Parts: sequence; C-alpha cells; structure tokens
Amino acid sequence: MAAAILVLQFMLKQQVNFMIHSFKIHGTNMVLDVMSGAVHQFDDIAYDVLGCYERNGVLNNDKIKNLSQYKEAEINEAIEEIEYLKKKNMLFTEDPYTEMLPAWTKQTVVKALCLHIAHDCNLRCSYCFAGTGEYMGRRSLMSLEVGKRAIDFLIENSGNRRNLEVDFFGGEPLMNFEVVKRIVEYARVRENKTGKNFRFTITTNVMLLDEDKQNYINENMHNVVLSLDGRKEVNDAVRKRIDGTGSYDRILPLAKKMAEERGEQQYYIRGTFTRKNLDFGADVLHMADLGFEQISVEPVVAAKDSGLDIREEDLDTVCNEYERLAKEYVERRKNGQWFNFFHFMIDLEGGPCIAKRMRGCGSGTEYLAVTPEGELYPCHQFVGHEEFLLGNIYDGLNQNTVREAFRETNVYTKPRCSSCWAKFYCSGGCAANAWKFNNDIRIPYEIECELEKKRVECALWIKAQESN
Amino acid sequence: MKHIKTINKSTLNKDIKKAGCGECQTSCQSACKTSCTVANQECERK
Repeated sequence: MAAAILVLQFMLKQQVNFMIHSFKIHGTNMVLDVMSGAVHQFDDIAYDVLGCYERNGVLNNDKIKNLSQYKEAEINEAIEEIEYLKKKNMLFTEDPYTEMLPAWTKQTVVKALCLHIAHDCNLRCSYCFAGTGEYMGRRSLMSLEVGKRAIDFLIENSGNRRNLEVDFFGGEPLMNFEVVKRIVEYARVRENKTGKNFRFTITTNVMLLDEDKQNYINENMHNVVLSLDGRKEVNDAVRKRIDGTGSYDRILPLAKKMAEERGEQQYYIRGTFTRKNLDFGADVLHMADLGFEQISVEPVVAAKDSGLDIREEDLDTVCNEYERLAKEYVERRKNGQWFNFFHFMIDLEGGPCIAKRMRGCGSGTEYLAVTPEGELYPCHQFVGHEEFLLGNIYDGLNQNTVREAFRETNVYTKPRCSSCWAKFYCSGGCAANAWKFNNDIRIPYEIECELEKKRVECALWIKAQESN
Repeated sequence: MKHIKTINKSTLNKDIKKAGCGECQTSCQSACKTSCTVANQECERK
C-alpha cells in the first residue's frame, strides 16, 4: 500500500502539477486556480492572454502574437497581472497535497449511520432506487432493540470523534416514528455518558406528518429533508400514492408549515428531476414562489433506459437549464426574493478542508447504512446488494475487502478524477452511481460528473455576481 | 488590478498539516441522498 502511494505520488507530480479551469457564463470570464481554490473574474483581454499560457503556466510568446485585436500595452498589463497572481500562489499553483496522501487515507472510524427505520413506504414513486421501500428484500420495520444497538455500535466504533450523525431514513421513517423517538431518547442518554454529540436528521415524504411529529422533529432533529418534486403536475406524475393518485396536495401544506416553524432554516425541500422535466428550474422557482427558502432539486438516479434517466443527449439541455436558473437565482436574491439552492451553495472561504474534499462522503468507511435487521452496508444506495454487505451491528464489521476499496478510493486514486478540475468540489462523486453505471466504485458516472461541473461553474459565477 | 478581479484568494492550501480532523458532517446527509456535494459544508474548526 505504501509503495503504491509512493508510485502514485510520483505519477501525479509528473502529470498534474498545475491546473486552472477557465470558463464563460453569461458573458463573464471566470478562472479557477484548482490547487489553491482562488477564483478570479477576467476581462476579455486578460482572458485571451491567459489562453496563451501553456498548461504548466509558462507564457507562449508565439500565441501572444496572434492577439492583434488588443494594444500591446493592454496585453502587457494583463501579463503583469497574471504573473503577479502566479507569484502569490493564486494562479497555476503547484499541487501541494500529494505528500499528505498517506496521512489522509489512513484507517478511519465510523462517525455516521443511516438508519433504515422502515423498509416500507406509503408512496410508490416511479424512480425509487429502494424498490418503493423494500430494497430488494421484504417490507419490514426496524425494532427499538436494533436501533439501540446501532447507537451503541456507532459509539463503540467512533474512536475519539465527538460529533456523530444519525439519519433516519427509509422507505418512509414516519411509518415507524415511535421507534425513531425512542432511539433519540436512548442516544441522548448515551451521549451524556460518553461525551459524544449526536446530530439527528430525518428524510421524509411528509405524508404522515402531523403536529406532534412536527413538533418532535423540530425540537430534536438538526436537519430535516422534506420530499416534493416541484410543480403539481411534475410531482404527481412520479410521486404517487398506493392508489395511483398524486401526493402534492397532501404534502404542500404540511411541508410549508414545517419549514415556517423551523424559521426557514435547517431543512430542505428536496425534489428529484428526471428526463420528463428537464426544465427543472421551473420546479425550483415554483417552490421558491411558494415561500420555501431552502431548496434542493437533484437529478434522478434511475436505471439506464428506464425512461426517467438523464442521458448523454440531455446534457446540453440540463446544463443550459442550470445556467438559466443561476441567472434567475442571482436576480431574485438581489431583489429581496432570497432563497438557497443546495447545489449552488459553495463556501469558498470556510468550506471543508482539503482532506475532506479528497475523500468525499465517507461511504463504506465513516458512513454506513443499517437495515431494519441490523446489517451494515456502505450507504443506503448499496442496501440489498449482498456483495456490499459489511457485517452487522452485533458482530461488527466483517472482512469484506470492499471496505478496503472504499477506504483507498479518493480523487487521487481515481484516474478520471485526478486530472479533473472539479475534484475538490465534488470529491469524486457518488460511489453508488459509479458502481451502478460502471460496475466499479473508482470509475465515476460521467453524466453525474458533467452535471456537477456545470453546477460548480454556476456556483462560482454566482459568487462573482454577488461580490459585485 | 485593472483586468482581473479576484473573487476569492487561496484557501484550499492553507493549514494543510492541520487538515483531516474528521469532525465535519458526513456529506451525503444534509440534503443530498443521491449526489455528492461537499464544497458547501462547514469546517467544524472554524
């Protein structure tokens, strides 16, 4: 392993020492210095001059001669400014991270669990990756005994980590809400004794929400994810009740009340878009019009040729939609109609450290999913796929070598990621998507990559607009 | 500068020896259950 990392470090030093990404959105020239995270807005002269630099940051004087449309003095000013940024490590910055790889890829602890409180659901959504709640198994609910043992397992396997996360997931967790409450109570007692700090989240389709559940969630859950796909006709075409009728009218008033009572913070109204609504920006804006301020609408993860999956031929349409949404987003936020779109959020100054950015979500290592029977999987997306079974909460983690593969996977060990400019923003993408589409957690799902790159570009452009 | 406006200075390569404490939130649990986004997360040390 150590030898492999040394070889990798050598290869990386030869290949990807310097990296910038330049792009245009809505007539604005943006430049990202990948290794430092510095972001710049260039005027047309500087942008064209930058195009005369080689990948290693050296100016190509022959190319400069072709910029006859600009005055020599202007070109020289631009060169001077680019060279200044190079000296300040804000452009063509060399990769300083490869030497830190061994420390950042060492064995880690478990710090988050996704508890599958209910392998059952009261909706029959067309795109459900969980087989409408069953996860390729039988419909079942997690017992309190399994839930309590899962809390103990997390504490026992979390080493010195103080902050631990538990997400109540399904299926639909409100179908087993009494157990949710008892697990929270148990964890609060255990955290007092162990010095841990539990943060709970719940992901719900809202259908069974009532005042008591809402109050409990608002008092006890750090975050709540409420599912709604946007416009009524879009939502009801895919998020159907068991009798085939739509869910929008039931969800909307309950979700609105929940969001308002949480002070429009620490929640997301979360939708999924498919190739049936590639104009998903309209769904984002619909939810903003309804008054929701924390919005996430994400591309579906559906089987190839399911009729819902986003395809290569859809990419231009989807990317254009992100750009259109970004423009409207800036306008609305400027004009007192503020809302937050999850995939345009980017914290350039206080975001996660580089070690976190290299490793991503932590599935299979720091983050595990627990089934109602107490089985452990790398994340909720892998549940039911036996080759990814990592043990159970009673006997602990097994010797499944797939866990080692998850631990070794990062943006430097994945060939496509190591040479990608967006690697420190997506952190290598979703392992489950990689496996589902490429049968290998180290080969990212290309459509996801293209969409993520466009979202990052939009997010950087938005930062530039809002800094003006 | 006349031609270039810096929106954000270098941030990723600061304090890299202190990186990796692991106390931050697991990235898929805030809102995304199907698509990774980590760049919007907060560092617990800041």
